[in-house]
Amino acid sequence: MSRLSEVASLTIPAIREGLVNKRFSAVEVAQAALSFAERENSATNAYLTFSPERALAAAARVDEEIAKGEYVGTLAGVPVAIKDVIMTKGLRSTCGSRILENYVPPYDATAVYRMEAEGAVLIGKTNCDEFAMGSSNENSAFGPVRNPRALDRVPGGSSGGSAAVVAQGTAVVSLGSDTGGSIRQPAGFCGVVGVTPTYGRVSRYGLAAFASSLDHIGPFSRTVEDAATVLRVIAGRDDLDSTSAFAPVDDYHTLMKEPALGMKVGLPKEYFEGLGADTGKLIGAAVKELEKLGCEVREISLPHTQYALSCYYIVATAEASSNLARYDGVRYTSRSDGDTLTAMYRNTRGCGFGPEVKRRIMLGTYVLSAGYHDAYYRKAQQVRTLITQDFTRAFEEVDVIVAPVSPFPAFKIGEKVDDPLAMYLSDIYTLTADLSGVPAMSVPCGESPEGLPVGLQIFAKHFDEAAMFRVAYNYEQATAR
Amino acid sequence: MKLTEDEVRYVAELANLRLSEEEVHRMSQDLGQILTHIDQLKALDTSNVEPMAQVLFAADETATLREDVPHDCLGNRDALANAPLSGAGYFKVPKVIER
Repeated sequence: MSRLSEVASLTIPAIREGLVNKRFSAVEVAQAALSFAERENSATNAYLTFSPERALAAAARVDEEIAKGEYVGTLAGVPVAIKDVIMTKGLRSTCGSRILENYVPPYDATAVYRMEAEGAVLIGKTNCDEFAMGSSNENSAFGPVRNPRALDRVPGGSSGGSAAVVAQGTAVVSLGSDTGGSIRQPAGFCGVVGVTPTYGRVSRYGLAAFASSLDHIGPFSRTVEDAATVLRVIAGRDDLDSTSAFAPVDDYHTLMKEPALGMKVGLPKEYFEGLGADTGKLIGAAVKELEKLGCEVREISLPHTQYALSCYYIVATAEASSNLARYDGVRYTSRSDGDTLTAMYRNTRGCGFGPEVKRRIMLGTYVLSAGYHDAYYRKAQQVRTLITQDFTRAFEEVDVIVAPVSPFPAFKIGEKVDDPLAMYLSDIYTLTADLSGVPAMSVPCGESPEGLPVGLQIFAKHFDEAAMFRVAYNYEQATAR
Repeated sequence: MKLTEDEVRYVAELANLRLSEEEVHRMSQDLGQILTHIDQLKALDTSNVEPMAQVLFAADETATLREDVPHDCLGNRDALANAPLSGAGYFKVPKVIER
């Protein structure tokens, strides 16, 4: 690792090859990644905390195992970064919030535990919108993240830091969370691969709960193969999360390398209305590429798509208002004084939460309040059924669904900050996967004339991530420079 | 759809959130705008649709239950480590019961 920027081109298989053939050591990779990350952070603000001791200790263990000829983990020596809503034992996890500024978790999230058990080297925690609520990373209490591809633009959100560090190359892979598009949208904006697995596929133990019926953990990477590798490590039943699924985890690597010939691909017409011209052109070209690969492309309809945003903002905020009740000044580090218990709660939460979190807690409290529950919450749950049925019907005809990730590429910092509804609209194509629980991913499909990355979104049936990876992998190989 | 500033204050009380007068004013506008958008759902007939609480998958009813045996859990010290105020193994809060 003579040059720091070498880290930027590494992949999981390249690290493995380099370690096994003794071209470099895991400690060298970790040191290079840490120095590179610290140097770049002044430009992007993508990391909130670095963890050099933890990284170097993990890397030294990997080097020792290799020297002794022991088992080399799937992620041995791979520099990883973790979104700050995912708990890391003994390492500050702020959730991007002032209220948890000094919170140090007493345990590791299962996804983190599983990655480190396979030799991953955790170099730091990434910036994000406060409690994962946002589409631009501008809602972080610790300042916005800048998009490494265009520093005056947002990286997307809420997992903006996790997308940015993989795009700038300071981490090889990272973990984010997705409740309404928070992995796929920033992956699209930063030009990297981002995967939202099936609901229940990855344990959420140790993920700060935002909206429990919608929350997912998933990976970011620069290649489809690396995303599949990380997902295979973190996926599968976990007794510590009763909502984690028992479904067996497929061998993605074998399945995704099958040719895409004969796969049936649906294009939902509702996702192409109101699409920006540049994005539309690139998605069109990607669809042509899939046809060249032998996919059978046909137009389909997901008729309830137009209701997804309203449905989402009722369900997600209702759950958030309940989940965030725990930050009350008693257990989690921050407290503002008050004469009574209630005054203490109110002052703590009033001082600790930022504007968007307050807005969502308020909306969620309102839609659940007496007299409004049926009109809003029950209604939204019924609409959620209809949105899910759209997918069930579509998947009777097609293997995967392909669409844009976002209507437009990364926007300028500050551009939408004063208009919450305009900000919410940047997620209109990603909300449906979270509402229905189907897996979906973003894979880079080119750049706008201004040089801004655009993402192609691929949806698959529940637990059929393999089909999604197969299309993404074949597309990536066909379009590789 | 409008949300008056008094309604905002009432909801903030339910949510245990202290809001400044400026925040109340802003919140009334923002929530009004979002609720107006959300009102589009009223046009959709859902009279025979089952509500969906979360994504569920086929599994035995007792699949997520473990054997009823004790196992390691977070100790008292770790559980209190992040408390803003604790003592004698407890979380401390302002006095709740008056003499």
